[in-house]
Amino acid sequence: MVAIDWSAKLRHLLQTLVFCALVATIEQAFSSRQAFLPSLLYSTLIGTTIWAVVDLGRHLMPSAAETGWPQGWPGLLLVLGGIATGFIVGKTLGDLICTTFGLFPGRVVNRAADLRSGMLITLLAGIAGSYWFHTRNKSEYLLRKMREALKHAEDARLKVLETQLEPHMLFNTLANLRALIAVDPVRAQQMLDHMIAYLRSTLDASRATTHPLRAEFERLGDYLELMKIRMGPRLAYTLDLPEELAGMPVPALLLQPLVENSIQHGLETKVEGGRITVRARRDGDRVVIEVLDTGVGEAAGASHGNGFGLTQIRERLLALHGERAVLDFQRDGAGAHARITLPIA
Amino acid sequence: MNPSALIAEDEPLLAQALQAELARAWPELRIAATVGDGAAAVQAALQHHPDVLFFDIRMPGMGGLDAAAELADAWPPDIPFPALVFVTAFDQYALQAFEAQAVDYVLKPVQPARLKATAERLRGVLAQRAARGADLDATLGQLRHLLQAASPAGAPQRLLKVIQASVGSAIRMVPVAEVVYFEAADKYVRVVCADGEVLIRTPLKELLPQLEPQLFWQVHRGTVVRATAVDSVQRDEAGKLHLVLRGRKERLPVSRLYAHLFKAM
Repeated sequence: MVAIDWSAKLRHLLQTLVFCALVATIEQAFSSRQAFLPSLLYSTLIGTTIWAVVDLGRHLMPSAAETGWPQGWPGLLLVLGGIATGFIVGKTLGDLICTTFGLFPGRVVNRAADLRSGMLITLLAGIAGSYWFHTRNKSEYLLRKMREALKHAEDARLKVLETQLEPHMLFNTLANLRALIAVDPVRAQQMLDHMIAYLRSTLDASRATTHPLRAEFERLGDYLELMKIRMGPRLAYTLDLPEELAGMPVPALLLQPLVENSIQHGLETKVEGGRITVRARRDGDRVVIEVLDTGVGEAAGASHGNGFGLTQIRERLLALHGERAVLDFQRDGAGAHARITLPIA
Repeated sequence: MNPSALIAEDEPLLAQALQAELARAWPELRIAATVGDGAAAVQAALQHHPDVLFFDIRMPGMGGLDAAAELADAWPPDIPFPALVFVTAFDQYALQAFEAQAVDYVLKPVQPARLKATAERLRGVLAQRAARGADLDATLGQLRHLLQAASPAGAPQRLLKVIQASVGSAIRMVPVAEVVYFEAADKYVRVVCADGEVLIRTPLKELLPQLEPQLFWQVHRGTVVRATAVDSVQRDEAGKLHLVLRGRKERLPVSRLYAHLFKAM
C-alpha cells in the first residue's frame, strides 16, 4: 500500500480549483447570457466534490495499492461515479447556497436546458480532469519504479564492491605495507604495485565488463601475491593457464570470489596454512576452470556454500551463457573444490 | 622487574611491526614471546606468565577472544591475570563491544601516538594491579560479553527438533530432547545421548543458535549441555566446577567463563 501523500493531495485540490475556474471561464465565453459568478460557484462545488470522490476514493480500491490508481473497470466506474456524485451534490449545494443567501435571483430561467448543459459540461470537464490526474499519477509511478530499480542496481553493485574490497583485508594489507616500508622498501614497492593493480581492477570490474582469461589470472596473481606477503609461509599458490586459452574473454573478476573464499574460509583459519591451485584446461568445446585449496574444507561449515560470492558468480554465468555454463562447489575433508565450466566463446 | 608482554599475531610482518612500535612507545616492556595462533598463545602465556597480552582477534585455529577465554580458564589462581589488549584491522562490531566493556584495543596499522596512549594506560593498570591485585572475575565478565557480541546474533533461528547424522550409509535421526550434550571434536561435533553418540559436521557455532537457550547451556568453549540432563555440579580442590550427568558416567568440566550459570536459587 502506497502511503497517502497529503501535500500531493493539497496540490491536487489547488489544481482542481484552478481547473474549475477555467471551466467557468470557458462556459462564460460560450454562453454569455449567464453571469460569471454563479458559474464559478457551481463549477467549484461540483469540481471539488468530484476531486474528493475520485482522488481520495481511489486509495480505497484494492487494485490501487501498487500504482495509486485503480486498474480497469473499477477505475472507470470510480471516475463516472465521481462525476455523477459531483454533479448531484455540487448542484444541490449550489442551489441551497443560492436560495439561502438569495444570491443571483435572476439565474433560474430555463431549468431543463440549464440542467442539460450543466451535466454535459460536468461530464466533459470531469473526464478531462480525471484523465489529467491519471496520466500524471502514471508517470509519477513509473518514475518511482525507475528510481527503485536504479537503487537496487546500485545496492547490488555496492555489495559486490563490499565483498571484494573487504575492509578487514584492506586495513591488514595497509598495515603490512606500513611495516614493510621500514624493513624492506623494495618489497614494499612491489606490494604497493600489486595493491594498486588489485584495487584498480576491482573498481573497474564493478561495471559489467569482460576481459581475457590472461588478465583474470594476472589479477588473481596480484591478490595472491598480496596475501602471500601477509601470510608468509602459510600460503603457497599455483596458477596454471595454457597459452591457447589465455585470450578467451571471461567476465571480469569471475574467479576472484572463489580465491577469496579459499583464503578466508579455507586457509586463514587453518594453523598450518595450505595451497591454492587455480587452473584452466580445454575439454572439447568447453573450458574448465578450477579453484582448489587444501584448507579446512567442510569444517568451515555448510552455510558458506551458498554465500554471496557463489550466488554472484552463478548469476553472472547465467546472464552470459544461460544453462551452458555451470559452477560446481564442494568441500570435503581435504579442502574446497570449485569448478566452472564455460562454452568456448 | 620490567613488565613483560606476549604478542599473538598470525601475520609475521605485523608481529614484527608491533614489537618495533612497542619498543619505541614502551621501552622497558620486554617481549616474552611472539606466536602466530590462538592455541600457541594460550600455551606461551601459561609458560611465561606475561603482564600484558596483545592478541589479534582473527587468528587461524582459535581467534584472540577464544584464546583469552581459554587462558582465563586455565590461569593459575595465585598469579594476577595479564592485562588484555586486542589487536584488529577492522571490525566495527568488535570495536563497539570493546568500547562498551572498556577493554583495550589497538588498530592495525598501528598508529604510534595511539599506541603510546595505550602504553600509558597499561602502565597505570599494572601499577594499580600491583597495589590491589587483579580482578579475574571482572575480566571473565568482560570476555563473556565480548564473546556474546562476537557470536552470530540476529533473529533467533528456527529451533532444531531432530539431529540428522549419517552413520555408514544410513541417516540416524536423534531427537534433540534426548541429547545429553554436544561436544566439539577436531572436525566434527559429538552428539552424546544416554545410550550412545553420533557425529555431525555442523560446527558448534552454527548449531548453538538453533538450540533452545533455556534448555541447552554452553558450559565450555566446546561443550553445550542440556540443563535437564545435569544431575549435580561439583567443585574440586582447585575450585573448578564439574557436571555430573544423568545417564552418563563422564563428568564435564565447566569453564570459569560460564561458572556463573550454576548457583543455588
